[in-house]
Amino acid sequence: MTQNLVTLEGVSKAFTLHLRDGMKISVVDNVSFAVKPGECVVLGGPSGAGKSSILKMIYGNYRCDHGRILVRDGDEQVDVANAEPRRILALRGSVMGYVSQFLRVIPRVSSLDIVAGAATDSGVPQPEAWARAERLLTLLNVPERLWSLPPATFSGGEQQRVNIARGLAADRPILLLDEPTASLDAANRAVVVRLIEEKKRAGAAIIGIFHDDDVRELVADRIVDVTEFASSKAA
Amino acid sequence: MMAKLNDKPLLSARNLGKHYGQRLGCRDVNFDLYEGEVLAVVGESGSGKSTLLSLLATELPPTAGAVNYRMRDGETRNLFDLTEAERRFLLRTDWGFVRQDARDGLRMGVSAGGNVGERLMAVGGRHYGRIRDTASDWLNRVEIEPERIDDLPKSFSGGMRQRLQIARNLVTHPRLVFMDEPTSSLDVSVQARLLDLIRGLVSELGLAVIIVTHDLAVARLLSHRIMVMRQGRVIETGLTDQVLDDPREAYTQLLVSSVLAA
Repeated sequence: MTQNLVTLEGVSKAFTLHLRDGMKISVVDNVSFAVKPGECVVLGGPSGAGKSSILKMIYGNYRCDHGRILVRDGDEQVDVANAEPRRILALRGSVMGYVSQFLRVIPRVSSLDIVAGAATDSGVPQPEAWARAERLLTLLNVPERLWSLPPATFSGGEQQRVNIARGLAADRPILLLDEPTASLDAANRAVVVRLIEEKKRAGAAIIGIFHDDDVRELVADRIVDVTEFASSKAA
Repeated sequence: MMAKLNDKPLLSARNLGKHYGQRLGCRDVNFDLYEGEVLAVVGESGSGKSTLLSLLATELPPTAGAVNYRMRDGETRNLFDLTEAERRFLLRTDWGFVRQDARDGLRMGVSAGGNVGERLMAVGGRHYGRIRDTASDWLNRVEIEPERIDDLPKSFSGGMRQRLQIARNLVTHPRLVFMDEPTSSLDVSVQARLLDLIRGLVSELGLAVIIVTHDLAVARLLSHRIMVMRQGRVIETGLTDQVLDDPREAYTQLLVSSVLAA
């Protein structure tokens, strides 16, 4: 019996906007699902349904108001909803990665170093990390003449592909993908699909949001419809 | 990366408070800081963040509470029970303090090399050649050309002075560094370079840092954890990106929404 790498139990989230007279916006209510190694769960539902908020809660970027978010770290299950900041940072270091379409630019660091650095940070040894970075940048069609440059001056598409390479270079058993393929062309989308398949074969648990139907069809083992967790506003 | 998870805190503040007569500096401050952790204390002027930093660095006596510190020998001591000699030794060896105004953190009448070498001599360095070599190496690490080693900090730009302060503080391999608005007196373009340098050194050396700043962008770039202060109290605390992206308290929401998105 394989163990779940990520388990959400009764997770709820609302924002209270104090600057708008304490207006309360419910995002999701009673979210429950689990993901096994090698499985890709895609979050479905229209924009605003709370897909991204769910990913951010798992990563510890958003707070979780109610429920448990259990993330497996070896023999231990850590409840991200109640964990100490440094425990969450340790999970991010070795257990879970988050890839969005936006690159937070690090000044003065070359693209190759950014990607290889992500691999070494997760424990991949040095020569292997470089080889992996070069392979990913090549596959994602980032021209070799750009590798030694910091991505600050790159086009949006090039930055996005460096970011995907960075997110996939690390060896982490849990991957959270927040529309990494948005605005990529068909050729690069196909590369990302292939890389996700590789991660699944390597046993990663993947939770993703994909707006492109073709990508979703190819990578999803299961689709979790987030509108099922719409909070009481419908009731 | 972070130190192992089962270790003991390096520093713990317990019910720490300071009143200036009737006036409140700060009160009921509680937190643990571990080796390799960067904690940002944010808030507006008058929030008590500078008072807190002075208490932690033992520059001010508290009116309540304790600060427990794990010394290099493994023993945990209340900083306010140390003898003056013990306190001075800690300041010179195990701690650094990077000031907002480099003139408060450097000796302006002493050469750049002297500013760095002085700290080494304070911990027993006696060999002139070795001290000079180490100073030169540190100037290089903070991107000051080694040819400037005999120049006075007076002739340096603001950014160079801050980098020299960092070299002076880190040369003795402290475990804990206090920083008081280290970038706020600099032009924005110079700030980015300094922040990048600090970030690299902090992670390379595994330093614990307590940084006071009013600049949320500085907190986001450098810190793991954040503590928001208002009117002398800690009103919100947590993982830095969580507090900044999902602020809970009204005041924190106001602070975050007041920043212009770049």
